[in-house]
Amino acid sequence: MNSTTRNSIIYVIFILAVSLAGYYINNFYYLQVLTFIGINTLLALGLNMLMGYAGQISLGHAAFYGIGAYGTAILTVHCHLSPWLALPGAIIAAMLVAYIVGIPTLKLSGYYLGMGTLGFGMIVNIIFREWSSMTGGASGFIGIPPLELGPVSFSSAKNYFYLVWGFVLISIIICRRIVDSRVGRALRAIHDSEKTSAAIGVDTSKLKLQVFVLSAGFSALAGFLYAHLILFISPGTFSFITSIRMVTMVVIGGMASIWGALLGASLLTLLPEWLHAFSEFEMVVYGLILMTVMIFLPKGLTKGILDIIERMVKKHDQ
Amino acid sequence: MQEILQYLFSGITNGAIYAVIAIGFSMLYSSTELINFAHGEFVMLGALGMVTLVGTFHLPLIFSIIIVVVCVACAGLVFERLAIRTVRHPEPIVLIIITVGASIFLKGLSMIIWGKDAYTIPAFSSHPPIDISGAKLLSQSIWIIAIFLFATLGLHFFYKKTLTGKAMKANAISKRAAWIVGIPSKLMVMMAFGLSTAMGALAGVIIAPITMCSYDMGTMLGLKGFCAAMLGGLGSLWGALIGGFLLGILEAFGVGFVSSGLKDATAFLLLLLILFVRPGGIISSVDVKRF
Repeated sequence: MNSTTRNSIIYVIFILAVSLAGYYINNFYYLQVLTFIGINTLLALGLNMLMGYAGQISLGHAAFYGIGAYGTAILTVHCHLSPWLALPGAIIAAMLVAYIVGIPTLKLSGYYLGMGTLGFGMIVNIIFREWSSMTGGASGFIGIPPLELGPVSFSSAKNYFYLVWGFVLISIIICRRIVDSRVGRALRAIHDSEKTSAAIGVDTSKLKLQVFVLSAGFSALAGFLYAHLILFISPGTFSFITSIRMVTMVVIGGMASIWGALLGASLLTLLPEWLHAFSEFEMVVYGLILMTVMIFLPKGLTKGILDIIERMVKKHDQ
Repeated sequence: MQEILQYLFSGITNGAIYAVIAIGFSMLYSSTELINFAHGEFVMLGALGMVTLVGTFHLPLIFSIIIVVVCVACAGLVFERLAIRTVRHPEPIVLIIITVGASIFLKGLSMIIWGKDAYTIPAFSSHPPIDISGAKLLSQSIWIIAIFLFATLGLHFFYKKTLTGKAMKANAISKRAAWIVGIPSKLMVMMAFGLSTAMGALAGVIIAPITMCSYDMGTMLGLKGFCAAMLGGLGSLWGALIGGFLLGILEAFGVGFVSSGLKDATAFLLLLLILFVRPGGIISSVDVKRF
């Protein structure tokens, strides 16, 4: 079975799973959580391209998520554009910012890159908070219109669920195609050694910038979907903590794995929901889980669990 | 003139606090190449510890300071032993997430212990503010500067004059070489952790009377201390001092002359500026990894 047919089979299974979930689940809360998993998967997918494949840390990606959300809010409310026109507007805005910021920032590496992106994320967040005439300031932006397409209204939880997961499917296909291409191989080469890949003719700074811009675009798409789902946004949603949560999704799911991004996003969306049972101990347990997973499975759950199974099989054979 | 002097005083006070936090970051980075995102939470523990000991139990000041700093340093040691040393492949990204996890854990724990309320404690001494050509210098500011000087001079002598300090420095320069001449590197890393968290706690102790202390105060302080450390040059004691004061003073002038919305932005704008222009920091001669 070659990889093209295998990919098609996986996509069919994915579409079936999403349609079945949409068909059988009628509970509003469950649909909402599943929609959030979809939005977070978009965030994790984009960041995974940058972190997992190209090996560049970003601790400020919530900024692009926020630019997507605020971009569509400003374009639809202040400029009275249709949300479907605001979508490319918001994505292009985020990609443009990523391009401008990426040129000096991506020259850094390791911790220094992490810190540069962190600083950028904080500044964007402060802009959301302080530029009250445009963004509504700390109290948030209200009155974002719900999405509708001709006769179909996306104000019902079920329709929105299909919409978000439709975007997730398209994004997964795009990421897969990139990863399996010549560009994808070049990205992985940068991950392993930037110097070596430059020596064999990869234009590393151009490629890093391109993947940074691409991941910003995915985050902005997620921001767009978030804004039109909740219809209210405030700076707190796009803070440093969100950037860290995005990184955690990628790392816990497993770097350089597209399905790992889906797993990480699902776990980190569900975990707080499960932890509500712990009420005030919620943060303590959350912190402990993060530390424990990273100490024992530093390569993430997908790889970590596969390794454990492999070891058990080997033991069994002996 | 009076205004400028007033801003300068508040800048120097905040600068001393940022410098103490930055020293903690720098010290740890130079000996372990680790950036501790939970550092701000140790500052928070120091401040809330003072709230409990001084505010609730009315213990004597000096006694409380010592207890708080020692206890938080011990917490730092436990953290190093349980969560950092056990990591098998210490890659930056893994360590970042572990320290962030620790930060969330500590924040949650303090929320359970101290609740969500904000507290403050009285200034260390109740002298009236000193009037210097119209600008007011609070007595707590003098305390902060004094404790800051005491701590940095103490550290300076520790590194220059004592055998343990020299061993720690050697270990920071090259673990392998230090190990060959018989320096127990694990112990040195642990000590660096203890000292770093002690500095964090000390920053919390001196800031407690001039701010509202609550379980979520640590993150921003930690990040700003971090910016100060980067500004001066990560891994250098004097760099941390220069970075801290520069940040404190520029922040005060930014708030005074431009806009109060600029307060938190100053630190990060400076961080970006220094990263783009001179990523090694102001006084560093080391070339950082830059491609």
